[in-house]
Amino acid sequence: MADKIRLIARLEVKNDYLVKGIQLEGLRKLGDPHDFAKEYYEDGIDEILYLDIVASLYNRNNLSYILRRTTEDVFIPITVGGGLRTLEDVQKALGQGADKVAINTAAIKDPQLITRVAQAYGSQCMVLSIQAKRRRDAAGWEAYYDNGREHSGLDVVEWAKRGVKLGAGEILLTSVDREGLGRGMDEELIEAVASEVPVPVIATGGAGGVDDIAAAAKKGASAVAVSSLLHYHRATVAGLKEELVKRGVKVRR
Amino acid sequence: MSEVTIIDYGLSNLLSVQRAFEHFGATVKFAKTPEEVRSARALVLPGVGAFRDGMEGLQKLGLIEPIRERAGAGVPLLGICLGMQMLFEESEEFGHWEGLGLIPGRVVKIPDHDTESNPQRVPQVGWNALLPAGTESDFDGSLLEGVRPGEEVYFVHSYEAKPTHKEDLLAQTIYGGRRICAAARRGNVTGCQFHPEKSGRVGLCVIREFARAAEL
Repeated sequence: MADKIRLIARLEVKNDYLVKGIQLEGLRKLGDPHDFAKEYYEDGIDEILYLDIVASLYNRNNLSYILRRTTEDVFIPITVGGGLRTLEDVQKALGQGADKVAINTAAIKDPQLITRVAQAYGSQCMVLSIQAKRRRDAAGWEAYYDNGREHSGLDVVEWAKRGVKLGAGEILLTSVDREGLGRGMDEELIEAVASEVPVPVIATGGAGGVDDIAAAAKKGASAVAVSSLLHYHRATVAGLKEELVKRGVKVRR
Repeated sequence: MSEVTIIDYGLSNLLSVQRAFEHFGATVKFAKTPEEVRSARALVLPGVGAFRDGMEGLQKLGLIEPIRERAGAGVPLLGICLGMQMLFEESEEFGHWEGLGLIPGRVVKIPDHDTESNPQRVPQVGWNALLPAGTESDFDGSLLEGVRPGEEVYFVHSYEAKPTHKEDLLAQTIYGGRRICAAARRGNVTGCQFHPEKSGRVGLCVIREFARAAEL
């Protein structure tokens, strides 16, 4: 168990704009993603996560311009996701300044891609992204893809375990049910996955305040990725970290 | 004016390192040939991945001897992550591999359990504190000059370097209860296990100091 949690800014991008939706739908334009990333960097965020949220629908990734600008003045790890399908896509993203790639749809369709990425670039850069929805008719969660639209039939915990065996170095775990609502994270989901995989779990979806982040950390998340909380200026990075420390959660200062 | 040459042997994200030096106004060149290495005024050896692939990459381009020559001639050399590990004599990653041998010592796997025998995550991925090694109380007179002990930098690694001589150990970090080498230095050769180009303000201190050393 890592003793310090990482606080990650998650920036969803559509056609060069930072956007934010609710449960991955109903997007609002917020501005230039690079400006937001730079502000969070200067305020002490530990990592940046860029997600091209329409990429997998159109089979493309459009982040290269934003990524190039970000590497000019943001000197922390950057993860990129959305629409990455092949080793070539991954290589391109890494060459443009990304340190890690988050893959969901392509990994569900071709799980061996996880192994190929891990072998070529190391497990540390292969982040398996899982969009989890609670099952209505049974216990547990099901993995979704194409931005929460399509269901895979895969059980989230089993898929996470298999992904790690295939070579994933981290799990980016999104609760689609909670995403964008700011009413708390799916703590049961975080605990169910974090207790079953030996790699770091980045929890995201639903954090409405510092208590939600602290709760996720206590359930085993190694990192928490927040979006609305920061994008709508409900909190600052420095403020969140200060409050986390008060709640006994260790962070980088 | 500072000029820094990054060794490009096909195994790294060079852009981030380039951008970090450009942030301080340095001119960045890339070296893929022995001639380009031999004409460099300051060399950076980056690297992500396996030790064997890294040394094979240098070997194929004929860069091993030129790097040794330049380092021997007193040119400032900074190794980052795998580039730092390759500064040592040998590694046990996938068997036994010879390194550049610029700093005496070897590279070994980080144990998969902590000092209390609990399993620990390898690779170490994340932010960890830089601590002075040995009797020093600060990092004065090194590339870590601007870093305060305890400040955190970003690590991603499964192997750790073990310098033979205590005086070559510049900084340590604590992982799983053990002190492991975070930076090593021997004369004009410095290696950082962490990524200065990804470690925010603290990492940029290292980049700035190297850019300054490259002015001479």
